[in-house]
Amino acid sequence: MTELTDLGVRALRDGVRAGSFSAVEVADAFITRVAQAKALNAFIVETPDHALAAAREADRARAAGETLKPLAGVPIGMKDLFCTRGVQTTAASHMLEGFVPQYESTVSQKLWDAGAGMLGKLNLDQFAMGSSNETSYFGNVVSPWRAKDGGNAALAPGGSSGGSSAAIAARLCPAATGTDTGGSIRQPAAFTGIAGIKPTYGRCSRWGVVAFASSLDQAGPMARDVTDCAIMLEAMAGYDAKDATSLQLDVPTWSHSLSPSLAGKKIGILKEYRVDGMPEEIEALWQRGIDWVKDAGAEVVEVSLPHTRYALPAYYIIAPAEASSNLARYDGVRYGLRDLPQGANLQAMYAATRAAGFGDEVKRRIMIGTYVLSAGFYDAYFTQASKVRALIARDFEAAWEACDLLLTPTAPSAAFALGEKSADPLAMYLNDVFTVPSSLAGLPAMSVPGGLDKQGLPLGLQVIGRPLDEQAVLNAGLAIEQRAGFVARPEQWW
Amino acid sequence: MSVDTATVKKVASLARIAISDADAERLAPELNNILGWIEQLGEVDTSAVQPMTAVIPNHLRLRDDVVTDGGVRDSVLANAPAREHGFFGVPKVIE
Repeated sequence: MTELTDLGVRALRDGVRAGSFSAVEVADAFITRVAQAKALNAFIVETPDHALAAAREADRARAAGETLKPLAGVPIGMKDLFCTRGVQTTAASHMLEGFVPQYESTVSQKLWDAGAGMLGKLNLDQFAMGSSNETSYFGNVVSPWRAKDGGNAALAPGGSSGGSSAAIAARLCPAATGTDTGGSIRQPAAFTGIAGIKPTYGRCSRWGVVAFASSLDQAGPMARDVTDCAIMLEAMAGYDAKDATSLQLDVPTWSHSLSPSLAGKKIGILKEYRVDGMPEEIEALWQRGIDWVKDAGAEVVEVSLPHTRYALPAYYIIAPAEASSNLARYDGVRYGLRDLPQGANLQAMYAATRAAGFGDEVKRRIMIGTYVLSAGFYDAYFTQASKVRALIARDFEAAWEACDLLLTPTAPSAAFALGEKSADPLAMYLNDVFTVPSSLAGLPAMSVPGGLDKQGLPLGLQVIGRPLDEQAVLNAGLAIEQRAGFVARPEQWW
Repeated sequence: MSVDTATVKKVASLARIAISDADAERLAPELNNILGWIEQLGEVDTSAVQPMTAVIPNHLRLRDDVVTDGGVRDSVLANAPAREHGFFGVPKVIE
């Protein structure tokens, strides 16, 4: 018999509905598996009681003959960037260690309202700043994947949603929430052989999500396949009056409208994405992706986004600038850490608290943000970056004249070893080269597994769509998924 | 543009982050490296471009000017590092 923990969101939901197994059996199976996977360090806090309570409610509803909710019987992981009432929420920082929110984020509330339960709070890069999970105050997550080179080096699960990606790949949960500011859902999904979608900016409420860069932050689901992502996204998305940038639109039933046919669709290939030093295997994967979408009926056209090379530098002005403003709230007064040296005044308390509470990468970004916003530099850096951002968005608009979707690799390499890039911030930033442009333009984009490299490590393909056209993105993801036939999973060593 | 340790200390002070001389020495080349890289944006001609303010066209919503929240003092104070008599506690600010 298949292990319950091998099942995805749809299979679990349908199995509970059909009575093939109980929701409590499902919750117990995942809770046990989570407890046995400490070596991955994917969870900061485990919440078995939350998962069990939701499961008991699902079983009760079924026994009473009630219509089951869309995610009844499905336990999930929650990135520890979403505030959860009564459950510590840290953003993987020392600053928020011990912070217990008195309220629930809109996205997590929607998931509980849909019947899901929570297995725990998932580790991440500190304040979601990082691409490898190495900036977490609670220690890095270790990818369940290992290269077949005999070295057994610990690999990065990607970041910032690295606890989410590792937990799903290791079958600790069937799905999890992620957040994506410059690629934090898509790059970890690619590194671990799972799927993840960042919807259009404004689809998911940011209320109750610890803020990093507000004009870019967007929540989205991560799961093992495209269908499960669609089911999760339906539960997470929707208008919220508490988020000023929330889009006042109905949530489409993406999972019901999924179709792998790309007939009549034009898919653009970006010549600017052929970056120097990109491994041949990534090129080869991209070519396979092109063949797959053609096989699904799409016409492939070459398109150009001339300002692509400026996307990363613009991002590394805009995101730190917004972060420096957002993270000004951590002052040691209202919540979080306070460091009050003997005899210190208020200003010294702020400075000591922030020195003790923030990790190196967070400080680096706050300082860059403070610098580019400071008097005399604002126009040269921040205004210029905001103008370049407008040009990047304009490039995409021009591309949509020629095509409906864009297909790219998700990341310029497979997962790298922990420690390999942590000494060089710039090398780490360059990992987001393919994901950042669509973030700057607020577009829906998803990563799906495309295959394995020679080391046996997963590689992902990214599909980018028009604003609000998550359906086309998911459909293309499904077409690729069906052709890639990705069934590889990490061998259990933990 | 080159950032020296004095600038690093000034920026840290603006950001309210205490740093030591050694931290400033270490951070100066790191920040220079990153700032040198983002400097390339200067070569883009943006004379005819307005800075982006919203990625997805949206309008600012107004709601009725009524009280919708409040009366949750204890919840607001629940995570405060120091609280006294229903207020946030801070070091003395007036001599």
